Amino acid sequence: MHLRKNVVIERLMIPLLCFAAGMAQSRADEPPQAKQLAPPTQFRAEDVDGDAGTAIDLFWTLSPDDEEDTKPRKVLRYVISRKQIGGSEEAVVLESGSPFVFEVEEKKPEFEEIGEATYRKDTFRDSNCETGVPYLYRIQAFGPDNATSPAVEIKEPVIATLQWFNLQRSWFAVFVFLICGSVIVFIEMARQGKTLKIRKIAGLEAIKDAVGRATEMGRSCLFVPGIQDINDIQTVAGITILSQVAKTTADYRATLEVPTSRSLVMTTARDTVEAAYLQAGRPDEYNEDDIYYITDEQFGYVASVTGKMVRDKPAACFYMGAFYAESLILAETGNSVGAIQVAGTAMPTQLPFFVAACDFTLIGEEFFAASAYLSGEPQQLGSLKGQDFGKLIGGILLLAGCLIMTISAFESRGEPPAEDKETFLQSAQIYLKENILGKGGF
Amino acid sequence: MKRTVPLLISAVTGFVLIGTAFIPMFEEWGNDAMAWFNLLAAFAFILGGGNLLKMQLQKISAQQAGWGYAAVTLIAFFVTLFVGLAKVGVHPNAKFPEYSWSGNYLEEGGAFWWFFEYIFTPLSATMFALLAFYISSAAFRAFRAKNTEATILLIIAVIVLLGRTYASEWLTGGFPNEPIFGEGGITYSDFKLDHLSQIIMDDFTTPGMRAIKIGIALGVASTSLKVLLGVDRSYLGSDQEA
Amino acid sequence: MLKILQNLDRRWIFLTMFVAVSVPLIMGTTFPETPSDQVLAVFDAVDNLPDGSNIVMALDYDPASAGELQPMASAFTRHCALKKHNIYFMTLWPQGINMIQGSIDILNDEYPETYKGKYGTKYVNLGFRAGNEGVIKLVVEDLKKSYTTDIHGTNLDNIPLTKNLKNIQQVDLLANVSAGYPGSQEWVLYGSSPFDIPTVVGCTGVQAPIMLPYIPDQLTGILAAIKGAAEYEQAIINHYPDLAENPKAKEGLIRMGPQLVAHVLLISLIVLGNVIYFMERRQGTA
Repeated sequence: MHLRKNVVIERLMIPLLCFAAGMAQSRADEPPQAKQLAPPTQFRAEDVDGDAGTAIDLFWTLSPDDEEDTKPRKVLRYVISRKQIGGSEEAVVLESGSPFVFEVEEKKPEFEEIGEATYRKDTFRDSNCETGVPYLYRIQAFGPDNATSPAVEIKEPVIATLQWFNLQRSWFAVFVFLICGSVIVFIEMARQGKTLKIRKIAGLEAIKDAVGRATEMGRSCLFVPGIQDINDIQTVAGITILSQVAKTTADYRATLEVPTSRSLVMTTARDTVEAAYLQAGRPDEYNEDDIYYITDEQFGYVASVTGKMVRDKPAACFYMGAFYAESLILAETGNSVGAIQVAGTAMPTQLPFFVAACDFTLIGEEFFAASAYLSGEPQQLGSLKGQDFGKLIGGILLLAGCLIMTISAFESRGEPPAEDKETFLQSAQIYLKENILGKGGF
Repeated sequence: MKRTVPLLISAVTGFVLIGTAFIPMFEEWGNDAMAWFNLLAAFAFILGGGNLLKMQLQKISAQQAGWGYAAVTLIAFFVTLFVGLAKVGVHPNAKFPEYSWSGNYLEEGGAFWWFFEYIFTPLSATMFALLAFYISSAAFRAFRAKNTEATILLIIAVIVLLGRTYASEWLTGGFPNEPIFGEGGITYSDFKLDHLSQIIMDDFTTPGMRAIKIGIALGVASTSLKVLLGVDRSYLGSDQEA
Repeated sequence: MLKILQNLDRRWIFLTMFVAVSVPLIMGTTFPETPSDQVLAVFDAVDNLPDGSNIVMALDYDPASAGELQPMASAFTRHCALKKHNIYFMTLWPQGINMIQGSIDILNDEYPETYKGKYGTKYVNLGFRAGNEGVIKLVVEDLKKSYTTDIHGTNLDNIPLTKNLKNIQQVDLLANVSAGYPGSQEWVLYGSSPFDIPTVVGCTGVQAPIMLPYIPDQLTGILAAIKGAAEYEQAIINHYPDLAENPKAKEGLIRMGPQLVAHVLLISLIVLGNVIYFMERRQGTA
């Protein structure tokens, strides 16, 4: 039978062809079947220790498709979702036809996406939990081309609880109490009348000579309290030294200028200098315009101060506080005008510049000791002894730690023990690293 | 009273901030304390700005030496303030075209941006660049081999200065990677200047910095405690009136 | 001769330094650099991430230190652009806003097919927030507590890149370029170390000794001073040779010429100073 002459087939051909074309088109329009990835396993959640009850840590074993050296990667990220159990449920308020009457529709809690972890990462911290609210978590692996894994859920809800004390920092607390305690004890001992021996600090001994020199030459003294604000402890230390320097300049009747980089420092410095002049019995010598504000901008400030130094040629320059890149500019300019310069800072990066360019430099803790040293008050000197005790503790810990680590390293080079048990030194080493220096607490 | 209230405030705030390190509940309070400080500093800025104006105006009115600089300061201050506040040359935000001041004050092409780009930036860079000149004069004047320690310092300075440039490749690039003694151990290439420079940074500078930082940390703890306990009150001024 | 040297006006030294720096700069001399291990660690940290990863770029510096740090920021930006990463710009310095704009200009001018017109989907500028380390403490826990809008005033919930971003623990890398405080140390202390955020840092030469102890546990890698920037640029050029034709991609490399001459000059001055010192000692006048 010839195809052309078969009427049935002729009549059915066109609709058949259209149907076939339509099927092909719809198949083309369908998205490609998304690949299934293997899910991550051993998904668990734990309340974060030592926090205010706002965080939960999540852990899982990586999906078997998340291999280290696979290219292109099969897994790109892990998406974490969370559902609240119990607690306050979201309510949606709908207006009804009549005013003042509202229908409240309670919304069932659903899983909501809270974050992602990238491939090869097996932890995530949810930091937005409410204290005491149970949560369920779900994790899913995602890859390129819409590849996903089945979702894995935690079986038991987990609750973020408030801890009153961060036990991870127990050893830190011990050291804080030891060091602060020693400072307080030595202050008390000094108050009781015990004599404390403090070594001479050349830079501080030179302050009186510097101010005397300025008085003889009829030139001013310049005091720069750093470029940070009063919330920086170095600025506070600088201001306390300013008090002693101001007493000296009041005694010698020398002019003291204090350009500041922060307004709060200016007000504090004014109070301090005024008090010093009052204490020295020279209130009339105090001029508040000698303590002035320039600008917060670092290099604008140093441009102004160096310009002043070149014009006024102070005989003594004191740099006491927190400094950054401007330290060398100040010190070199002071040197060029022939001033005697005493610097003190706790910025390790700027110490070399001050040491190179200034006559005397107070390095690190000498700077913090300066106020106590200059005042000579027993209770302040007691705090220096407390600092030394802290250094002693630090030194003992360093030596003990180095010894333990060194001997432990030699031990591990020898024959391995018959049983797979840690030696005493290895345990000590681990305790030192994980607990005392780490987050392991007691 | 003038000293007691500030003393109390600093003691309470200080101990709460210490507590934030150990008591999780206090962390929010610590963040609030920092925010309050920023607010105070912003208000104090008005005080500082007022003092700046007063000082410069005094100089101009008394015709003191260098009063021209004071005039420049005041003109720059007011022009910048006006240009920034009025958003001169700034187009309105595309979302709010009816509000002429809705644009970003730092918009490229605006007057404030122009000041920043062509006055502030070159001046800042110039001041920072002065360091290169000052370090050269400091090196010439101060780096003298007066004793053994100073001599060692000089040698290390030369190694690091050369090691951080291509000179290390020129001078020591040809050192072979062969052991000096026996099979293993130190090789000739270990004495390349860039390698020596790295050893100096890693094995000498870093431990030295750590030691200084330990001392500084103890000093900070001691000074902070003195301030919080009221042992050192010199920064508070005096109870008496002048 | 000794008297002349003893009384040498320091302005002659300044002039010599000026010539030493300007001549190589004008000549445009560059030297090949071999990236060190620390710089390669930085390179790998950016390059090994899959294309389209999320990077926070915190540019905490001002125009004064742009001479040393701008090449680093530009190199980070170009490297991220070559990898088509999503970039979140932010700064803790008020002057950093203009520094960010420089990097955004690189994205729009040199990589328009990936970034031009894609603000919000490929990059976002969060701008500046006051508060120093307080800002870091907030953004590592809840970004929107510190940044409710971007620099243009758009709510972060309306920007695709930040819509689902709870905090920066979710990003793949933190790249910080810093000139001082607040800067790299604060990012390490309050951000990357407590929350294990992979971090790479570019900093000035004086800061480098402070940051070195953090490698490799708290910091993945560091670019120290202009030498670090030059090595990083070289590492990028070695891997992406097309970049060698872009002179703007060699800002750090170009600055190594003046650095070499300046360092040699410093050494000469130190030697000269000591010669004067020993001559004085011999004469008994020191």
